[in-house]
Amino acid sequence: MAVLLVAEINDGDLAMDATAKAVSAAAQLGDVTVLCAGADCSKAAAQAATISGVEKVLCAQDEVYGHQLAEPVADLIVSLAGGFEHITAPATAGAKNILPRVAALLDVMVISDAIAVVDSVTFERPIYAGNALQTVKSSDGKKVVTFRTSTFEAAETGGAAPVETIATVGSNGLSTWIEDTVAASDRPELTSAKIVVSGGRGVGSEENFEIIKALADKLNAGIGASRAAVDSGYAPNDWQVGQTGKVVAPDLYIACGISGAIQHLAGMKDSKIIVAINKDEEAPIFQVADFGLVADLFEAVPELTAKLG
Amino acid sequence: MKVLVPVKRVIDYNVKVRVKPDGGGVDLANVKMSINPFDEIAVEEAIRLKEAGKADEVIVVSIGVKQAQDTLRTALAMGADRAILVAAAEDIHTDIEPLAVAKLLKAVVDEEAPELVLCGKQAIDNDMNATGQMLSALLGWSQATFASGVDIDGDVARVTREVDGGLQTISVRMPTVVTVDLRLNEPRYASLPNIMKAKKKPLIEKTAADYRVDVSPRLEILATSEPPVRSAGIVVGSVDELVAKLKDAGAV
Repeated sequence: MAVLLVAEINDGDLAMDATAKAVSAAAQLGDVTVLCAGADCSKAAAQAATISGVEKVLCAQDEVYGHQLAEPVADLIVSLAGGFEHITAPATAGAKNILPRVAALLDVMVISDAIAVVDSVTFERPIYAGNALQTVKSSDGKKVVTFRTSTFEAAETGGAAPVETIATVGSNGLSTWIEDTVAASDRPELTSAKIVVSGGRGVGSEENFEIIKALADKLNAGIGASRAAVDSGYAPNDWQVGQTGKVVAPDLYIACGISGAIQHLAGMKDSKIIVAINKDEEAPIFQVADFGLVADLFEAVPELTAKLG
Repeated sequence: MKVLVPVKRVIDYNVKVRVKPDGGGVDLANVKMSINPFDEIAVEEAIRLKEAGKADEVIVVSIGVKQAQDTLRTALAMGADRAILVAAAEDIHTDIEPLAVAKLLKAVVDEEAPELVLCGKQAIDNDMNATGQMLSALLGWSQATFASGVDIDGDVARVTREVDGGLQTISVRMPTVVTVDLRLNEPRYASLPNIMKAKKKPLIEKTAADYRVDVSPRLEILATSEPPVRSAGIVVGSVDELVAKLKDAGAV
């Protein structure tokens, strides 16, 4: 059975990690054709062709696809949909913007953030921010699915799939790109960082977040915050980890001064190793931490920063 | 300009989610329910547009069980002008799928002719993150998802979007569907007088059948389960011990 996988492309480059992880998920459904859509997608298409398990790469090159705007990219995908039983993508912000639009145009439901493929019509996905898992079976003719990449291993590279340039369908001019503002920081992006250091209400102020930043910089980690810290104005909202913020699953998550409210745990409990530093030994965060340290974070965190690396 | 804001009644974000012992879904009986937090931000944004003189009327709509009346009253107390309840389910455990919700919302849009639909980016129960995009597709409108800034200027809206690794700014042609993210604003608390006033604001009740929309699900839920439980590890006595453990585990 034929599977279309929409590649994640940033500025002409393939997001290799996200795409290769989605390939290993999609390959469980059938032969994978990767779609690269961009203003200049030749580079991304060549990169996608090297992912093992990819049968073919389609390269749709047009200015209108340059910034992955939902309307033209969805129209392109719908124009190709006839040949595929599954339309898939890594569950990135880009794909979450586009694929539900594709699904509605095809009059099918979207299956967002699948974490396991049970069979060709049945998928497992988290609901309630991961506090429950649901197995859903689709009755739609075409299945539109995004895969949560943190739960799949990346497919190997070493393949050499053929690349085919395809016709494009143009734009209806509903939206125009103005600018991208990349976060003004050299730190890794929160959801893809291997290590995340987070601060909670216990950090006490925006200024005090400097000690969290120092540890993060030492570890080349992303920075997170609990909702309590965000609500208190200590940290910006895009740092928020939790049910109403970002869901992260890094190799190492260091929670500093975070009590461990349910809504926070939902956003980080799939991390491989969790470290909790909190002066309250009764804090619920210790119930999920692999390594807990009952200590004043203002002493322990700088000490940890000094002793690591 | 009319603004339509769909709001969903969901489990309160502070409540611990419990899966029913028979695997038949999440237990919602006698659980505190609230307005979906992202929808609350959308309501706030719509009210601010009205306060800024850019919107004339804010209409809130909820699709689901009759109890969603409470959710609509919350939005009315914040400052929305009137409400529409589309009853589409009897059982509080029935979740109407985003595709069906989008079809019902399209019917409401056809009737009310708003120029802007402001939605939450996702509901914190099914986490689908789909309704706004689907509605936009069905209407053939532009879409701007995950908004952290919305500036409406005549027949276009300039929207700043939260994307992976930063922000993207786009310009969309009106009418449009915007889905909102957390940073857009901080919703107000409804004052007691406004809560009292909200009780008298118009709230009309419709059904899915009134709009001739089939809400039967496309996805059959085979099972709902608890995620694997994470067990507590060890408590270390010092930073030195923590560093040693992390090095042993290959984590740093």
